[in-house]
Amino acid sequence: MSVTTVVLAGVGGQGTILAGDVLAKVAVAEGHDVKLSEVHGMAQRGGSVDTVVRFGETVHSPVVDPGVADHLIAFELIEAARSLRFLRPGGRLVVNRRLVAPLPVLIGDLPEPGDLEPALAAEGAIFLDAEALACEAGSPRSANIVLLGAASYGLPFAAETWRRIIAERVPPKTVEGNLRAFQLGSEACAEGVCEL
Amino acid sequence: MAPILMSGNEAIARGAWEAGVAVGVGYPGTPSTEVLENLVGYESVLCEWAPNEKVAAEVAGGVSFGGRRALVTMKHVGLNVAADPLFTQAYTGVTGGLVYLVADDPGMHSSQNEQDTRNLAAAAHVPVFEPSDSQEALEFMREAFTVSERFDVPVIVRMTTRVSHAKSLVDVGERSEVPPVPYAKNTQKYVMMPGMARLRRVDLDARLATLTEYARECPANRVEMRDPSLGIVTSGISYQYVREALPEASILKLGFTHPLSDDLILDFTSRVERVAVAEELGPYLSLRLQVLGVEQVETGLPAIGELSPVTIGRAFGSVVPPVRATIPDLPPRPPLLCPGCPHRGVFHALGKMHAVVTGDIGCYTLAALAPLKAMDSCVCMGASIGMSHGAALAGVDSGPVVAVIGDSTFAHSGMTGLLHMAYSRSAGTVVVLDNRTTAMTGHQGNPVSGVAIGGGAAPAVDLEALARALGAGAVRTVDPHDLAATLEVLKEEAAADHLSVVIAKAPCALITRDHKDPYAVDEEACTKCGACVRLGCPAISRDENGRAVIDTSLCVGCAQCVQVCRFDAIVQVGPSCDFGGAS
Repeated sequence: MSVTTVVLAGVGGQGTILAGDVLAKVAVAEGHDVKLSEVHGMAQRGGSVDTVVRFGETVHSPVVDPGVADHLIAFELIEAARSLRFLRPGGRLVVNRRLVAPLPVLIGDLPEPGDLEPALAAEGAIFLDAEALACEAGSPRSANIVLLGAASYGLPFAAETWRRIIAERVPPKTVEGNLRAFQLGSEACAEGVCEL
Repeated sequence: MAPILMSGNEAIARGAWEAGVAVGVGYPGTPSTEVLENLVGYESVLCEWAPNEKVAAEVAGGVSFGGRRALVTMKHVGLNVAADPLFTQAYTGVTGGLVYLVADDPGMHSSQNEQDTRNLAAAAHVPVFEPSDSQEALEFMREAFTVSERFDVPVIVRMTTRVSHAKSLVDVGERSEVPPVPYAKNTQKYVMMPGMARLRRVDLDARLATLTEYARECPANRVEMRDPSLGIVTSGISYQYVREALPEASILKLGFTHPLSDDLILDFTSRVERVAVAEELGPYLSLRLQVLGVEQVETGLPAIGELSPVTIGRAFGSVVPPVRATIPDLPPRPPLLCPGCPHRGVFHALGKMHAVVTGDIGCYTLAALAPLKAMDSCVCMGASIGMSHGAALAGVDSGPVVAVIGDSTFAHSGMTGLLHMAYSRSAGTVVVLDNRTTAMTGHQGNPVSGVAIGGGAAPAVDLEALARALGAGAVRTVDPHDLAATLEVLKEEAAADHLSVVIAKAPCALITRDHKDPYAVDEEACTKCGACVRLGCPAISRDENGRAVIDTSLCVGCAQCVQVCRFDAIVQVGPSCDFGGAS
């Protein structure tokens, strides 16, 4: 039962797939068996997307059931709420304080979901503003790496491994910005800037 | 070499390359697409996107006929299109190894139906391998080529979405070069006229009999004896779920699932007290056990959709993990057409015309959803054209009947439908959404776009000339971003008494580099009428006061919204760094 399950939940186009790939490669580099699962195709056109990374001594299933995940890294508030069912009681919840209204809300077919933060806070969410930190890092598109930084605080991997894999995985011109983004995300949680 | 994290599809490509494959050919379809996209990156393999799976299977059959190893790739519904060559290739057999990679999509993540390819394989009398992770995907692919040549038969490697798209660690090997078999004319084997085919039918039965013997010893099948009180017969991804949910159960793990070895099954089931089958879709394995008279535990596992560790655990009485209370009333997030998508302009016009739109397979199928709601049917590749003709024959008159089909889908199986409309004196209207790519599956080239599989240049068909040659009375090309012109042309052609083809030509917003400065809404001028919002562009929303707002980080300046605003409230602005997030 020594398998750790991480769910990255977001909206198509937010970079969850790249973040999941980095996390999986970090786990491999640290000697774990790893499985990663994601869904391609139609869902990527702005729909809800979940990426699942599982690591441990031996990992069988690449998918996650409700109540099983140890970590949920949510790139968006509604997707945080939607994917909460995957997180086991006591699991770690990192939430980007960003709301991307789905089309039925944008066009007025459905009402706004209301303020989700109190409900997520009640579930133990750690909030951060990944886009603002990404801008601060000078790399506005690196919000996904900021979130990995925030999540890294609760994962058993060396900072050096994270930095090496991020440098290998992101486009060469963006390495510096992404490493800064990772650092800012990690510090945000370490220093308690995130609300616990 | 250290193990590498690979998706199932990457491992399939690697396995085919290691097996010395000479040619890879296929048609893109989720979840199979990445196989050829990866194979093209290896040396010594020639890869091609074919216009459809039937052509791909025939090209691969020709490579085999010509003495080299060939891989043909497709999704499950693609095998329906390729079934015609497959069923007779089973008779002719092969010269070079011939392997079909077919990816099923239980749960329909990106498909119009669920099919279990094992049933089609059994009907075609061809063998099937079923990997359950990336390592097996590589190994089974190598073995599939060996089996194809040893038993003189095409072989299917059946994947499912979770095996194709999950990544796991793989030990890779080196390529084995396979010398080509010199061509030798053999009409008894390859000309399937009735006299020869009758003999090959008998021969196929003999080959299946030897394959059944092979199944007994096949390295892809294995028995894992643990607690003998429960024995599970399983295959593919279900094996992984069983291992996680029932770590003590004994397992007959079948990696070679057609033909099945009755001896192997009975040998296993005789060694355990209770027997159950865990398989997605089906019933396939469980039917065989039923035929063999093996009593099975009634698991209640669904034959619809995907399984999971908890689904399987629950069926055997395991404790289901506690789940948090859900947060109610969350709005769904359906996928949608991108900002700047050229398709939007066409569906905006068809909506205004109250057209009955027979649709097809592609990104544009999303136009069936709110707010455009401008599509009435979507069945299979190419169906839009034949269905529009049929709907007209049925006398549908609640609005003009218009077929809408993408460029790649038109090349796949729209051309014959159009030919039929011309032949049948139809005065219908067919819109070809020519966005210069096969977008839904990740922007593959096609014969209309003139882009080859590796991204290089390829000859592009002249779509207008093609439509005329097929018999269209009028062929007109419009820019779908020009809403007024698009509406005018569509109205004229829908009313005309000749067969019309309207080509809506503008590149996919995700491939064009020709993006313009974003637009913004002038708050003073906006009257909250909602005309722009009803375009369904993800960059446009309403603020708390009901006024339209444009997210300038998403807007690519297509200006469709500018054309629907009657108050000149949408104006061009420079790029900015606004993420629209709560601060």
